Amino acid sequence: MGDSETIAQRHRQIFAPLTQMRWPFWATVIPLAILFSWSFFAFGWQYVWGLGVTGMGHPMSWAFYLVNFVFFIGISHAGTLISAILRITNAGWRTPITRAAEVVTVFALAAGPTNILFDLGRSIKFHWVAIHAQFRSPLLWDFTCIMTYFVTCVVFLYVLMIPDIALLRDHFPRRKWVYQLLSLEWRGTERQERILKKASTFLCIAVIPIAVSVHTVVSWVFGMQTQPMWHSTIFGPYFVAGAIYSGIAAIILVAAILRRVYHLEDYLHPIHFNNLGLLLLTMSLLWFYFTLAEYLTTFYGGGVDELAVFWSKMAGKYSPLFWLMVLFCFIIPFPILALKRTRTILGTSITSISVLIGMWLERYLIIIPTLSEPRLPYVRGAYMPSWVEWSMMAGLCAGFTLAIILFSKFFPVISIWETEKEEKKREIFQSESI
Amino acid sequence: MYRWGMVIDLDKCTGCQACVIACRQENNVSFAGEKESKLGRAKFWMNLVSEVKGNYPDVEMRFIPIPCMHCDRPPCTIVCPVAATYKNPEGIVAQVYPRCIGVRMCISNCPYSVRYFNWYEPTWPEEYKKGFNPDVYQRRKGITEKCNFCIQRIRKAKEKAKREKRRIREGEVIPACVETCPSEAIYFGDLNDSKSQVSKLSKSRRAFRLLEEMGTEPKVYYLKEGEWNGG
Repeated sequence: MGDSETIAQRHRQIFAPLTQMRWPFWATVIPLAILFSWSFFAFGWQYVWGLGVTGMGHPMSWAFYLVNFVFFIGISHAGTLISAILRITNAGWRTPITRAAEVVTVFALAAGPTNILFDLGRSIKFHWVAIHAQFRSPLLWDFTCIMTYFVTCVVFLYVLMIPDIALLRDHFPRRKWVYQLLSLEWRGTERQERILKKASTFLCIAVIPIAVSVHTVVSWVFGMQTQPMWHSTIFGPYFVAGAIYSGIAAIILVAAILRRVYHLEDYLHPIHFNNLGLLLLTMSLLWFYFTLAEYLTTFYGGGVDELAVFWSKMAGKYSPLFWLMVLFCFIIPFPILALKRTRTILGTSITSISVLIGMWLERYLIIIPTLSEPRLPYVRGAYMPSWVEWSMMAGLCAGFTLAIILFSKFFPVISIWETEKEEKKREIFQSESI
Repeated sequence: MYRWGMVIDLDKCTGCQACVIACRQENNVSFAGEKESKLGRAKFWMNLVSEVKGNYPDVEMRFIPIPCMHCDRPPCTIVCPVAATYKNPEGIVAQVYPRCIGVRMCISNCPYSVRYFNWYEPTWPEEYKKGFNPDVYQRRKGITEKCNFCIQRIRKAKEKAKREKRRIREGEVIPACVETCPSEAIYFGDLNDSKSQVSKLSKSRRAFRLLEEMGTEPKVYYLKEGEWNGG
């Protein structure tokens, strides 16, 4: 592994964020922290007065919180999954993006289920889901899968960071007590390397089925219900595809921002964004295919209750949002990603923002229109989120961003030991070819 | 074993809403107020919906009282993550208020939309509070509530019958809505007793159930002359 001092010198750009805290850092962190704290006030308000302070009512009993829940779980999807798949397939270009992807996964996975906590009538009794578990409920399957996924992803991120933490331990004497503890006595011996390799291979294989199960089960929270346009077998794969789609978009955006802010141009090359852009392109086509399949089947089959929801999305009161979703999820991303000329860092970043907005709209359009048009035609509802719900959403996004920023101040956002390994491999390859 | 059921004769219903009021009084159902009602926060364990069919001059107005259907295959009970709702052995879909944590999945999975959530701490007009029914649990904010066929009355009747070592007689126990209906359009009784009025009426050629095609097997039957082409 070479001398830690020379490695640190060579990768000083990766180390820089850990040591420097200039005004842009504070200028970002302080507003985010204010927004984040504000959401605590909003939650307190809701806790004291009841869920009536939201825009929900009868029959719109699930709304914004569930939308954000599904959205963030979706974001969490690509990170570790992509990282694992790229590791298993030995895709060399993955190295500089895997760490960022795993971080996005872990924090999105922390943010998602928090929405369920907000959504409960009696949030303080949340733990009853565990102690009075009723396993016929899809929510319980959800709870189980998400917890498993969360633990696996945290372990995944941590295990693959141990050699880097050991490097930090040698490099930052003042923070040694934390890094010492976390580095688990890593010395880079052959035995340790062997264990790490075994552990990471095991985790890579384990995390893929878990990741697929998580979003499938999230979709079943809706798919298992009797409501029109929820009760559909396509929901599992549709949600998984949508989740990976929004997840890749989140990774691209985070990678582009990190590259810009922390000057990681030497590590994150346009080719990385090109490759991620191609993945995103594949997912955008898959998204289009699934959406078409779902809506065409509903339209053609023509169940009365389903059609009521269908038309409310196509031409009714939800149609502006629906067509915006199509615009953001397909019409904007597809041409930008399809052309090599526009599949640049800027191009993929713009697409990613578009996809993230579009996928959020998709979650909204899955939940709200169905609830506003239940089967029995006597109860009808409309929904408009209140300031509490907007605050919680803003706070959640702020918290998510804040967590990533703080992480980048304590741990390298690019895997140093893997970059080293990659370089060594390249050197050997070059010397052999000469 | 009893199997409680209800029959509502729509040909007799005048849409007077006495059942709605009686239910509210009997079960301490709280008031939402006009503003909150518009946001969908009003609670009607017994809900009377009206429906206008057709255009002038060929207009028909229909009234449909909708309590909980007490399905034999309830979609709401299986989705509760903490088992706060269940179908009791007598077929009543009951809510365990202290156990409910307000997930509201039962509400979204009820095809009849007859489960209601306490969006706020329940409120009543001051003078109304003197008339509270002491036999009914006081719900708090953040939990779901619903019609339970006036289970407190059934319990009382069962205790009395047990003391006298007999079954509950026909007509001995009736929910508040049945008791109050001025046109006697609502019937209640044991569907397992083939001689009971509800069991006879439920087999009437006029009988139908809401969303029968969903296979939820409701125990609330409606009677209507002619074709039912709504719901």
